[in-house]
Amino acid sequence: MPKVEVPLEKWSGKVREVTLGGSGGRKGLTVGGEATLPFLSFEGAMPHPPSVAIEVSDTPASEWAAPLRQAWGDALEDPGAWAKKAAELGADLIVLRLNSAHPEQGNTGPEQAKAAAEKVLAAVNLPVVVLGPEVPEKDNEVLMAVSDLAAGQRIGLGYCMEKNYRTIAASCIANNHVALAKTPIDLNLAKQLNILISDVGLSADSIIMDPTTGALGYGLEYTYSVMERLRLAALVGDKMTAMPMFCTVGEESWRQKESKFAEGVPPTWGQHDRRSLVWEQITALALINAGADIVVLRHPKTVDAVKAAIRKLAG
Amino acid sequence: MALSGIEIYKHLPKTNCKDCGFPTCLAFAMKLSQKSVELSACPHVSEAGKTALEAASRPPIRLVTLGGGEKKIAVGNEVVLFRHEKTFYHPPGLVVRVKDTQSLAEVEKLVAAAAGYTVERVGIHMGLDGFAIENASGNGAAFLKCVDAVAAKTTLPLVLMSSDPAALEGALAKYADRKPLIYAANKDNVAAVAALAAKHKCPVAVVSRDGLDQLSDLTEAVNKAGVEDIVLDPGARDFGGTLRSLTQLRRLALKKNFRPLGYPVITFPGDSASSPEEETLLASQHVAKYGGIVVLNQFDPSLVYPLLTMRLNIYTDPQKPIQVQPGVYQVGTPKNSSPLLISTNFSLTYFAIAGETESSGYPAWLLIVDTEGQSVLTAWAAGKFDADKIAKSVKQFDMASKLAHRSLVLPGHVAVLRGELEEALPDWKIMVGPREAVDIGGFLKRSWS
Repeated sequence: MPKVEVPLEKWSGKVREVTLGGSGGRKGLTVGGEATLPFLSFEGAMPHPPSVAIEVSDTPASEWAAPLRQAWGDALEDPGAWAKKAAELGADLIVLRLNSAHPEQGNTGPEQAKAAAEKVLAAVNLPVVVLGPEVPEKDNEVLMAVSDLAAGQRIGLGYCMEKNYRTIAASCIANNHVALAKTPIDLNLAKQLNILISDVGLSADSIIMDPTTGALGYGLEYTYSVMERLRLAALVGDKMTAMPMFCTVGEESWRQKESKFAEGVPPTWGQHDRRSLVWEQITALALINAGADIVVLRHPKTVDAVKAAIRKLAG
Repeated sequence: MALSGIEIYKHLPKTNCKDCGFPTCLAFAMKLSQKSVELSACPHVSEAGKTALEAASRPPIRLVTLGGGEKKIAVGNEVVLFRHEKTFYHPPGLVVRVKDTQSLAEVEKLVAAAAGYTVERVGIHMGLDGFAIENASGNGAAFLKCVDAVAAKTTLPLVLMSSDPAALEGALAKYADRKPLIYAANKDNVAAVAALAAKHKCPVAVVSRDGLDQLSDLTEAVNKAGVEDIVLDPGARDFGGTLRSLTQLRRLALKKNFRPLGYPVITFPGDSASSPEEETLLASQHVAKYGGIVVLNQFDPSLVYPLLTMRLNIYTDPQKPIQVQPGVYQVGTPKNSSPLLISTNFSLTYFAIAGETESSGYPAWLLIVDTEGQSVLTAWAAGKFDADKIAKSVKQFDMASKLAHRSLVLPGHVAVLRGELEEALPDWKIMVGPREAVDIGGFLKRSWS
């Protein structure tokens, strides 16, 4: 009998398992299912370690920072080529952002959205998530078109937000897709939106939640703590906080000046190419430790580093 | 772990003599549990009762302090597993390791650079906390020379790393007044190393790679030598191993009040890392998940700055709204023709606005008004963000002298303040910006050409 007995929690709940793809010829990926906090294998199972998504834009991302543009090169010009390269670099799934649909960035419509989605779906067999520009009316317009195009392939569609969850949730029901529900760093709002979407009739096994990511130095601690609270609530049995969590790590990290700029910043920040990558990696790892099931990344080296960390956490 | 009033009551005389100034022993016990009186107010408590109550009022994780100079590392005394439950109090000490097999010139250069490094973030100056010197040569004289070289360059706290008691003794004889951490006592040398810690009154680390049972045997052995200030090394080195063992240690201390392991933890993220970046990544995990002293194998500002930012984030107090300093902030390099945006000093509001403005590509001036850390709507509702206050800030920070134009952009949520603000600032054109920070880019594109 050992002298030191580590206290074990008897969690009554667990995180829901949600499968993206696995239908219509598309490769399947199941996320969630944790019966304890991340990687505490002495206490409970984590059947699906966190997955790594790579973000692809339907625009050539001309505003992206130099290290990203260098890493992706010509692939930036075409979402299909980009997705293919992302798959080769080890992505578990592809996240396509329909940036050009934003009223300020081109205001393109359903046809262009379908064209971009079609390229990505044709280029890779991986599961795909398609995100609109986060302008509710516009999201409805472009995501409906993509939803119909990919009917039966069980892609993710986002975002369901407070203002437009009905249309997207209904379309997920009709076409067998997964809804991504986004709320602004708040446990109660996240739970409420999950309830509202469920009330529309979408199965809770088809909802993934995005609690909104704050990057390192830019609100990371808020996201970190809200995610820990959501996960703890799920483990003590609250079914409406038990959805897997999705974090747009790359997008948020690479917006910040620490990541974007090599010039005009304090010399105490060190070398840009090194700092910017570590910025994205630390943000990703912190949120994985807080319960993220999918982290969406931008730089290939971050993908390598985060996948290695996940492997070592699980090992 | 704090005792309840009832638990305290069991150790009191239960005579209701009122000598403590309270009508009953139970009433006194309740006050004790709220920490509003001292146990010494009871003249009749037995020695056994006193010992039991004092032991119980000890923090579950001991606060251990390193350093004899102005800057110290104080770690431990944490009370929660998750920062949202209260807060994390004592940020881990980040120390840089040198080895006595490196040339002294190399060591001196590294120590001077790392000790002198400071970086500012939202008005807070951050830096490294100390140095670890490893007796990698196995030679006591070389070790002392290396410690001399480090000590000459910095007054920051030190960690003396050797398993050889004689080498440690050599360095302690000279530097005990700096209160270095002795690393480490293991199962083979515990008697000698614990005696050194007792003799020189320095904190000591214990290391075991053979599980928590042996680790707790070691702390008990060190305790018996009369040493209370202990730091734990549970031997794990990689991502998963350290996450699990540090979580177990924190739980044992907080949930079981398990004294033999109620101490802060030292980690070595570089030992299992395949690159400096990976070391930094693992160190960032140790910052969030229960590290007390984190020993880094290198110093590079590009890696240290993100790590210090992580520590700042995790160790902010979630019970208090985090504020940024009110004042004028520049996004990019604004000119006198650039837009002026007004907002409040709630840090998340500030970061959202600064971030969105940054990514809009428009250089801009941000005038951050002191709303005691409240967000726009909350501050407006509480009367802390009104036309008077905004007008006062515009004048206080002399915005007129910085700008060729006279336009300012109000957050969309307080469009209602426009009329009053036009009266308070008659020379200014008041524009109403978007409600959400995410729309700033579009707003600037439309309204500022």
